[in-house]
Amino acid sequence: MHPAFSVVFFTTATGAGYGLLALLGLLGGFGVIPADFWLGLVGMALALGLIVAGLLSSTGHLGRPERAWRAFSQWRSSWLSREGVASVATFIPAGLFSIGWVFLGRSGGWVAVAGLLTAAGAVVTICTTGMIYASLKPIAQWHSRYTLPAYLIFSAMTGSVLGNAVLQEFKLGSTAMLTWALLATLAGWGWKLATWRYNDRLEIPTTANTATGLVGGTVRSIEWPHTEENYLLKEMGFRIARKHSAKLRQITQALAFAAPAVLLATVFVLPSPLGAIASVLAAIAQLAGMLVERWLFFAEAKHTIRLYYGLE
Amino acid sequence: MTCLPARTDKKLGLVIDLDTCVGCQACVTACKEWNTGGHMAPLTDIDPYGGHVDGVWFNRVHAYEHTTELGGRTVNFPRSCLHCEQPACVTVCPTGASYKRASDGIVLVDEDKCIGCKLCSWACPYGAREFDTDVGVMKKCTLCIDRIYNDNLAEEDRVPACVAACPTSARHFGDLGDPASAISQLVEERGGVALMPELGYKPTNRYLPPRAHSNRAAKVDAPALEPIRAEGGFLGWIDRMLSN
Repeated sequence: MHPAFSVVFFTTATGAGYGLLALLGLLGGFGVIPADFWLGLVGMALALGLIVAGLLSSTGHLGRPERAWRAFSQWRSSWLSREGVASVATFIPAGLFSIGWVFLGRSGGWVAVAGLLTAAGAVVTICTTGMIYASLKPIAQWHSRYTLPAYLIFSAMTGSVLGNAVLQEFKLGSTAMLTWALLATLAGWGWKLATWRYNDRLEIPTTANTATGLVGGTVRSIEWPHTEENYLLKEMGFRIARKHSAKLRQITQALAFAAPAVLLATVFVLPSPLGAIASVLAAIAQLAGMLVERWLFFAEAKHTIRLYYGLE
Repeated sequence: MTCLPARTDKKLGLVIDLDTCVGCQACVTACKEWNTGGHMAPLTDIDPYGGHVDGVWFNRVHAYEHTTELGGRTVNFPRSCLHCEQPACVTVCPTGASYKRASDGIVLVDEDKCIGCKLCSWACPYGAREFDTDVGVMKKCTLCIDRIYNDNLAEEDRVPACVAACPTSARHFGDLGDPASAISQLVEERGGVALMPELGYKPTNRYLPPRAHSNRAAKVDAPALEPIRAEGGFLGWIDRMLSN
C-alpha cells in the first residue's frame, strides 16, 4: 500500500495525542498528578495539538476535503465514520476536563468524571482507527489479530513516554511513571517484533488462481491492460525492496524502542536536569521512530489487486 | 446509507466466458466511450498523449498464461466490478456515497457525496474502483444503468456497453438471482465460478472457465512435398541466368 505521508503522520500523531490525553485524564482527574496550571496547559496543549494536527493532516488525504463533514453520518457501518464521530465526541469531555483541571485547578468529583470520559473517548477513538485497517480483508498483513492491539499499545506507549517527558520537565517525574513508560516501550517493541514475525510467515489462501478462477497449475501474468502505472498500481501496488525494508525495520527498532528504552533507563540514575533532557530526547526519538514504523506498516502491506498484475 | 440491503429483488450482473474472450479490448473501449458521457462522467484521462498516460477505466483486460499438466494456454481476462452481495466497499464508506441498490443489486457511487477518502478502493479485493484525481471522487462500473433501463434505446440495446460491443459474445448480462434466467442457466451448464470466494464478498458476476483441451480437431496427413527439380531446356537456362 502507498504510504501517503498525510495518513502516516495522522495515525502517528493522533496515536500519541490520544495516549497522552488518556494519561492526563486519568492521572489528573483522580489527583495522582497535581493540578498545576502550566503543567496542565503544556500537557493538554501538546495532547490536543497532536490530535488536531493529525486530524487536519488526514483531510489532506481527501479528494474533496470540503465535504469532510459528511463522514460523520455512516457510523452504523463504517469504522472510518466511527473514528470521525469518536474523535470529535472526545473533545467534549476533554474540554470540560481542561476547564476543571487546568483553569480551575481541580481534581476529583466532576473533573474526575470528565477525565475518565476523556480517557474512554481516547481509547474508543484509537480502537476505531485500528479497526479501519484490521477490517480490510484484501490486505492480509492488516486483517490480523495483531493490528488492533498494535494501535492501542503504540498509543499508550507514545502517550506515556510523552507524558513522562512533560512531568520530568515540570520536576514532577516519578519512578512509577518512568517505569510505566519504560514497560510500555518494551511492550511495544515486543508486539512489533511478533507482528513482523507473523507477517513474514503469513500463508495467504488468496492466489492468482482464486483471483482469476483458473483452477490448478500456475497462472502467470503475461500482459497488463495498460502500459503506464494507473491509480490501482500507484495506490495499492506499492513495492518496497526487501533490503530497504530490513534496514527500515532496524531504524524503527533503534529509534522507536531501543533508544527510548536506554534513555528512560538512564533517567532512573541521572540528576534532575539531565533526566528531564533524556526524557524529552526519548519522546522525540520515539515519535520519529514511530513515523518510520507507520510508513513501513503501509509499505509492507500487500493488497490482493497485486495478484492480477502478477506482482509478488 | 452504507448498510447493505438484507436482500435485493434482482441480482443483475455479468457472466464472462474465458473460453471465447479473445482479448480484443472492444469491451474496454466501448465502456470508456459510453461511460465518459454517462452516469459517472467524466472518465478523466490525465496526460492522454504524453509519456505518463493515466486515467479512469471501469473495465480492464489482463492476459495470463495458465499452465497445467495438460499443457499451457493464454487466457484473456476482463476485470470489472462484480457487484458483490457483501460489498465491503459500500460498508466502509463514511459518507453514504457508496450504496447497493435493493432493487437490482447494482453497487453505485453518489459523486456528490464522495469525499475521495479512497477507503472503498482499499476494501475492494478486485480493483474495481478507480479514483479520479481530477474530480477528486471515486468512480466505478455502473453496469450501465443509463443503458439497461433506457427507454430511448431499442430493447436489444438495453445491455451494458461492454456486452453490446463483444464480438465473440463472451460477455452476458442478466439476473443471476433468478435460477431460470438464461444467464443463470449458462452459469449452471458451464460451471461458472466466483472470484476469490474465500474472502466472502459473494460476487454476483461469474466467470466461465476455459473448456477442456480436446482432440476434436481433424488430423489430416498432408502429402509429402516433392523435391524441386531444376528446370531444364532453354527456359531453364534463361531462368538460371536471370536469377544470378
